[in-house]
Amino acid sequence: MTTDVAVEARNAVKAFGQGETAVRALDDVSIQIRKAEFFTLLGPSGCGKTTLLRLIAGFETPTSGQILLDGKDITNDPPNKRPVNTVFQSYALFPHLSVAQNIAFGLEMLGRPRAEITKTVERMLALVKLEAMAGRKTSQLSGGQQQRVALARALAPQPKVLLLDEPLSALDYKLRKEMQLELKRLQTETGITFIFVTHDQEEALTMSDRIAVMSAGHIQQIGGPREIYTRPVNRFVADFIGETNFLSGEAGEGRVTLASGDVVQVEGAEGRKGKVTVVIRPEQVRLAEAGAAETIPATVESLVYFGTDTHCHLRLKDGTEMVARLQSPASGEAGLQQGQSVGLRFAPGAARVLED
Amino acid sequence: MSANEEAARHREVRNAWALSAPALILLLVAAIGPLFIMLVYSFLTPGQYGNVEWKFSWDAWIGTLYSRDIFDGTLKLADAHLTIFWRSVKLSLLTTIITFIVGFPTAWFIATRSPRSRALWLFLITIPFWTNLLIRTFAINEIIRNEGLINSVLMWMGVIDQPINMIYTDTAVFVGMTYVYLPLMVLPLFASIDRFDMRLLEAGYDLYASRWQVLRRVIVPIVRPGIVAGSILVFIPALGAYVTPRILGGGKNMMIGNFIELQFGQGRNWPLGAALSVLLLIVVTIALMFYVRASTKGTNNG
Ligand SMILES: Nc1ncnc2c1ncn2[C@@H]1O[C@H](COP(=O)(O)OP(=O)(O)OP(=O)(O)O)[C@@H](O)[C@H]1O
Ligand SMILES: [Mg+2]
Repeated sequence: MTTDVAVEARNAVKAFGQGETAVRALDDVSIQIRKAEFFTLLGPSGCGKTTLLRLIAGFETPTSGQILLDGKDITNDPPNKRPVNTVFQSYALFPHLSVAQNIAFGLEMLGRPRAEITKTVERMLALVKLEAMAGRKTSQLSGGQQQRVALARALAPQPKVLLLDEPLSALDYKLRKEMQLELKRLQTETGITFIFVTHDQEEALTMSDRIAVMSAGHIQQIGGPREIYTRPVNRFVADFIGETNFLSGEAGEGRVTLASGDVVQVEGAEGRKGKVTVVIRPEQVRLAEAGAAETIPATVESLVYFGTDTHCHLRLKDGTEMVARLQSPASGEAGLQQGQSVGLRFAPGAARVLED
Repeated sequence: MSANEEAARHREVRNAWALSAPALILLLVAAIGPLFIMLVYSFLTPGQYGNVEWKFSWDAWIGTLYSRDIFDGTLKLADAHLTIFWRSVKLSLLTTIITFIVGFPTAWFIATRSPRSRALWLFLITIPFWTNLLIRTFAINEIIRNEGLINSVLMWMGVIDQPINMIYTDTAVFVGMTYVYLPLMVLPLFASIDRFDMRLLEAGYDLYASRWQVLRRVIVPIVRPGIVAGSILVFIPALGAYVTPRILGGGKNMMIGNFIELQFGQGRNWPLGAALSVLLLIVVTIALMFYVRASTKGTNNG
């Protein structure tokens, strides 16, 4: 099991500043990232994603705790002694060098023989499809092309781990989608461990093998995209990943009584007592005729058309608001009406109970 | 439509010329004019009591490098002249190198301060410009002469019992020029380091470069325009320096500037002085051409 681990942080703490004004950018973070894994750090701005990446790259040393690479303590190694490369958010390409020279830089610093460097650079150029640009100055490239040069430059020395700090945030939507696929392809082809930082949850869900959701210097949950999405461990994760309905209620006798007075069967309610929150994703809310068996009565407040989906805003008896995501009906078909009374129920096993 | 645009462009060009005309005329009269006179004078014959006689002669140009034997009239390389040329070039190069070695860390330090303290440091660097060069040079004189500050203190402390002779040596001239020209090195270096993207340092370290390699392979090539500009700004005035070698070098340790002055003064050989001036100008022009080439090499946009 431990031989599987590429990078490990053990109780890593990073504090900036002293005394009263000190900021704990990372607060006791422990994490194991496996070999050849596409691992994503996801969290809101300022939660410490970049700081964790910089600890792994060696640009910062932890206030306490350790960083391990392949089981070896590298906490005090300088960045140029770590077989770890970074794709910087700003790309940080060398403006005085051509595309090919940028890619060759790391290999030259490692003192690789000339012939090998030439061959690797050619391979990298082909990998990121920039053969035609080899001789260009980096300032003569588009944003997406610069992005690819940064990738090729970081991959050329064949690092054990590649760190990517929001590499796609400067690109427009279409290019972004393209580069997401490209990154995923490169990761599978090279078999290098990728640690990818983003605050875009959709990006995280589509690309990652595993995701760590962070908030305020803490790791909230680590798991596969499906697990994170369907089984968030707390309110923060549920709220940050995708849209969610939060319903407050009282647990008891394996059931939850919602604030509206309706009683629902919810997974995780067994053995709980007192105030709880029930979470249910909008796409797991089913609508039925008003008054149908085992449904919660509600009225349709408004309908918002999103192409394939329609968002249906509902209001329960006590005024609690909810959203249901429904497949848009085929054209011409009479759908729901605003103000209509409906009954709603949760898809089996979809609703979960969280502690507050 | 396009005829209108054409006319507008012409008008713009005409206005631009009209606006720059005063400066152009001033340059023509004040710079090109004297240069032309110098060039003409360098091909004339020296007058008995200074000035020139309007008779063509190559003697001045020959005299820049050769001296005529008083008895048989044969030409010999003029060792004294060569010594002066060599001292000028040597001291100017040395000054350029030392101001760079001292100035680079200084400029780096200033460029990496917070914007507020940066203004203060830049101000401190420019303080010497507030005082006359002559006064500053005499101040150095006061510090290093035999009865000056350094020797008095050292003798008072009993470290030495004879004053160390520093004044009127090449070293004194070199120290003086380094002091005088240091800001001219620091300011252009600062300007280019200030524009340097510090994130490239991390990119360099990340790609396995040591500190030294980051300096040599990343920083120096990118701030090169500043290095070249600073070197030129130091080297060229140093080469023609007059006040500093005069005061700190005494009469013996002349540089080209003093040598030229000598020809127009006691030497009463205006054509030789003119020829030497033109020669200096040629050397400076070559240095400037090197600057233009070096600062544009490899950066085809901006
Ligand atoms: N050099 C520093 N000095 C002081 N505080 C810092 C420093 N670097 C980061 N911080 C603080 O540490 C916290 C975490 O910062 P970090 O850059 O890791 O966030 P992030 O998750 O990468 O955010 P973003 O998504 O905005 O990039 C922030 O509160 C930030 O202000
Ligand atoms: Mg960040």
